[in-house]
Amino acid sequence: MPVWQALGSRLKELESDRAASPDIVRETLRLYPELARDIAIARRIVSGGQLVQMLEGTYARVHQLVYQPPRNLRESLRKLFRVDVPAIVHDMRWRLLSVGLFFVLSTLAGWALVMTNPDVVALFASPEIIEGVQAGDLWTDGLLHAVPSSALSAGIFTNNISVALTSIAVGVLFGLGTIYIIALNGLMLGGLFAFTAQYDLAGRLFSFVVAHGVVELSAIVLCGAAGFALGESLARPGALTRRQAFRIAAGKATRIGLVCALFLVGAGVIEGYVSPNPAFPLPVRIFVGVAYGLLFVWTLAGLPELSRLKVQRSQSVAT
Amino acid sequence: MSDSIQIASVTGVDVHLRIAGPGARSYAFVIDWHIRLLLALAWILVGVLIYGGDVIAGGLGGCGGSSIVLTVMLPATAIYLLYHPILEVVMSGSTPGKRMAGVQIVTVEGHTPGIGALVIRNLIRIIDSLPVFYALGLLVTMFTAQSVRIGDLAAGTVLVYDRPEKDPVQGLTEASVGRLGLQQNELVRELVDRWDELESESRRTLASKLLTQHGVTVEGVKSDEVLFARLNLLLK
Repeated sequence: MPVWQALGSRLKELESDRAASPDIVRETLRLYPELARDIAIARRIVSGGQLVQMLEGTYARVHQLVYQPPRNLRESLRKLFRVDVPAIVHDMRWRLLSVGLFFVLSTLAGWALVMTNPDVVALFASPEIIEGVQAGDLWTDGLLHAVPSSALSAGIFTNNISVALTSIAVGVLFGLGTIYIIALNGLMLGGLFAFTAQYDLAGRLFSFVVAHGVVELSAIVLCGAAGFALGESLARPGALTRRQAFRIAAGKATRIGLVCALFLVGAGVIEGYVSPNPAFPLPVRIFVGVAYGLLFVWTLAGLPELSRLKVQRSQSVAT
Repeated sequence: MSDSIQIASVTGVDVHLRIAGPGARSYAFVIDWHIRLLLALAWILVGVLIYGGDVIAGGLGGCGGSSIVLTVMLPATAIYLLYHPILEVVMSGSTPGKRMAGVQIVTVEGHTPGIGALVIRNLIRIIDSLPVFYALGLLVTMFTAQSVRIGDLAAGTVLVYDRPEKDPVQGLTEASVGRLGLQQNELVRELVDRWDELESESRRTLASKLLTQHGVTVEGVKSDEVLFARLNLLLK
């Protein structure tokens, strides 16, 4: 059987079965340089023909199998949480601080804007919400009557994840898109708090927001910082080419986006089940918000390895 | 503009993967877009059959019953939005549309992209799709060296043409190779393979040239079937 045909059948086995026998692997490695020789001969006889194309296709597949870096999903996830995310967050700590500060300033600006000119709230809230607040009702009051928690959670986390990921992606516009999203969210938050404060409803709004808001707002700020880094890689690539800098920044931003998306699912569940439910008193809501926030910060700082914890625990028990 | 990426090998025999241009890319996307839209609509249709007209009212109103939102609208949206990231990961850089268009995603080194690269590629899709109908992404593919969109630039991926898997040596006879030579043999076989795709006049011209070149008379032959049969005889 010619080399390419023998390799063709081996390839199918190797590509479909990750636990192929060592004999098949050895045989493939033996045939790999022989196929290279066949390609060289075929190119001499029929340059660029179907035969060469087919041989090159088989060769590219074998090359990929031989040189592809090993993949281990579990190890990749462990590395993501233990190594990558803490390093990325540490790298962009100043950017994170700047974006966080910008968000706070936008919130204060939204507050001041609505306090000095209450009509401006029409930019942030629908007429129904405005009328409700003016009548002493918060729009979050009847949420559970209108939509059950499960549907509410699903809708909320889908929307939040989409906002967070968009704030990363629009960073491509030299960071301007991210600035817009962060400013808009800050202005809305400040504006709505100012508006509800005018009708003595700010406390109730805080009670609604606190359980899920700590992580939700932090995640949006974090994604904003990652988006801003994406824009900065294009504006100021440093010693790298713009393409290289952009690729590195995109890799980091996506890792941050994935972790944020994971936590936003939890925040959505809290917003659907805890936040609108009057059965939860304020201290419980604060506890949930702070505890979930601490878990978020702990993850960003690098989750300790469970096996290491177990070893430490067993050592302390032994002593 | 480079039209291929090179896979350098320790054997000294390098292979080139041909980069797919904006046309092949758009073709694959249009197929995928139809598939995901039809899948999402089919899901909604199942919902309509189960819940009746409430699905439309609920879907448009946004709060027409939690079960409708959870079991119909949310999965339909998920099918539409997650079609590309999930299938590209599961199918190792391909999708049904890409398969049909004969293209696939590889890294700039020519490897199958990992989950990370595919997620990045799909995250930046948000930007590529701006302002409408992927106009920005398409424009970028026209002006970048490897015809890549912004998502590919970020992920370090390229869209390349698939290699033919069909063994061109299968069915090759010693007699025909001896008579025509390997190169001419390939030409004749390619014409035979593509016979139905070609217009009558083009295939007649090509067949007449090849047959005459190998001493087969074509004068007076008016039927395409006869030319086709004579080409096949050359390969025997």
